[in-house]
Amino acid sequence: MKKFILVLLAALPGLALAAGPSIPLDKAGNDLTDKESLKRGFETYVNYCLGCHQLQYQRYNRTFADLGIDEKEGIAKYMYTGEKVGDHITNTMPAKDAAKWFGSAPPDLTLEARLRSPDWIYTYLRSFYADPNRPFGVNNTVFKDVGMPHVLQGLQGVSTLDENGNLSEASGGSLTAEEYDTLVRDLTNFLEYVGEPNKLERKNLGYWVIGFLFILLIFSYLLKREYWKDVH
Amino acid sequence: MFANFMAWIDKRLPLTDAMNKHAAQYPAPKNFNFWYVFGILASVVLVNQLLTGIWLTMNYEPSGDGAFASIEYIMRDVDYGWLLRYMHSTGASAFFVVVYLHMFRGMMYGSYQKPRELLWIFGMLIFLVLMAEAFMGYLLPWGNMSYWGAQVIISLFGAIPVIGEDLTIWIKGDYVISGATLNRFFALHVIALPLVLVVLVFLHILALHEVGSNNPEGTDIKKPKGSVKPEDQSKFKFHEQYTKKYDIVDAIPFHPYYTVKDLVAVVVFLILFCWVMFFAPEGGGYFIEAPNFEPANGLKTPEHIAPVWYFGPFYTILRVVPDKLFGMIAMFAAIFMLFMLPWFDRGTVKSIKYRCTAHTLNLLQFAVCFIVLGILGTMPASETANLIGRIASLGYFGFFIALWFYSNNEKTKPVPERVSG
Repeated sequence: MKKFILVLLAALPGLALAAGPSIPLDKAGNDLTDKESLKRGFETYVNYCLGCHQLQYQRYNRTFADLGIDEKEGIAKYMYTGEKVGDHITNTMPAKDAAKWFGSAPPDLTLEARLRSPDWIYTYLRSFYADPNRPFGVNNTVFKDVGMPHVLQGLQGVSTLDENGNLSEASGGSLTAEEYDTLVRDLTNFLEYVGEPNKLERKNLGYWVIGFLFILLIFSYLLKREYWKDVH
Repeated sequence: MFANFMAWIDKRLPLTDAMNKHAAQYPAPKNFNFWYVFGILASVVLVNQLLTGIWLTMNYEPSGDGAFASIEYIMRDVDYGWLLRYMHSTGASAFFVVVYLHMFRGMMYGSYQKPRELLWIFGMLIFLVLMAEAFMGYLLPWGNMSYWGAQVIISLFGAIPVIGEDLTIWIKGDYVISGATLNRFFALHVIALPLVLVVLVFLHILALHEVGSNNPEGTDIKKPKGSVKPEDQSKFKFHEQYTKKYDIVDAIPFHPYYTVKDLVAVVVFLILFCWVMFFAPEGGGYFIEAPNFEPANGLKTPEHIAPVWYFGPFYTILRVVPDKLFGMIAMFAAIFMLFMLPWFDRGTVKSIKYRCTAHTLNLLQFAVCFIVLGILGTMPASETANLIGRIASLGYFGFFIALWFYSNNEKTKPVPERVSG
């Protein structure tokens, strides 16, 4: 029993991080083939997210190549701290300090879209609301008591939550609601891409392989029929 | 030129003879149906796992610090590494799909009955090693579900009286699951267990070819020598090892007839396999579970620790027993019952076609219970789920007990001497 309690206590910080009661997620409706959207998402990521959240498994040059960004232009536009173009997309925030500042270190987001789904990211980033009881003055309906501030508050503004649990239209931001949704959709799109950079190639190859197998099926069936004439 | 070469070999190694004995002149019943393709499919998946596994180890790093990142390295930086990884991860699930169907075929047509008991035992040993292989392989990506899944299963051994706690430390090689555990699981997963697996598969096939394949009718295609008129015997040439002692009826050589037929099955299987691999490699979260996309973290328990689907039935049996030790005993007993199936079944009629109605119903309820147990295993526990799980567990064990009773004086239908058509 004692041990059980100890394990529970050890797991508590983890439990606090777990997403709260699942609320219905909005459909992100992002499109991985839309390179302009991916580029905009990447730009938003670099400007607003990368300071805290690394993409430590993804390289700059791979991203440039996949998104159709010229390498020289990419280095000038997206790489600020003198990394090499083959480096992973990381930041220099010390994890220990970050844990002190936010309650837990901001997680790496390379695989976030695969861990939680693109719809989750899309809904999460549009579900911050004002909550004076929280250290950064905001809370989130998708991720209760999240340690993260509403980084995009300057763009979206901030919503309030009524007693029925509905979010009001955000006010005080520089973008309209529609523009903000597009920005978040682009960001979600980028995160889905970065979760599995080969996704499009995978599906594309899949059609060829399965197409080949169907042709092989015809011939293997004909071969079988020819041989089995002896049996009947 | 080639003939000369083969003659040279054959003088030194009975290669042609072995190929004839096991393929070109091996008598296989001519009436195999759909259910008889899963043995070949299991071999195909085994080869897939061995080959992709070898290539994955070329870039995988078995250490607590490097394992997770090395998987992402394979997924991103290694040419077609993502393909190798998905072939391997989808292959793991496909392995259990075909093996479960293969086992069910054996149960339907009584392929475990005398004289095929040892063949069945080898098959069950393969199944057991396969489960160990899959369990250890699942730790290697070092994702959070890898970690907590292993945590749950290894901690089971702690329930064993007296030696339990020490045993779990011995298995882990550490006080917690750590890089030490990962390393030993890696060694077992890539060397020890595959070796055992390949040897067992070899023995399984050798034992099969000694007693001969069963068929959907459950009839014997080997009749006593001299009991069948020459015009009624199979017109094909078989190896003298078989014809010396028996008259062969209703049989065809495995090669080329079943090799070309199985080729069709293999292609159909590959279409389904590739469909999953290319368009849904996560298998809806059942083949690669979402929490495995974050690294192992001993302080962060996933909301719901679910075993991979293929362990579901046995995990449920474990879970619905209130006591941990008895739960573990029940789980191992469930596997042990399968081992003992040839001795629970006291009947002599093999195929479900000619056995009593009670047997058909019993096998059907067993299949339903097994599937229900599997589904429950992937879901969070609740009062209702536990109740259903207990009923399904009773159904699972009940199958064997009931079989033992009714198979003794079973009212069977007459089994035809020969395969019709």
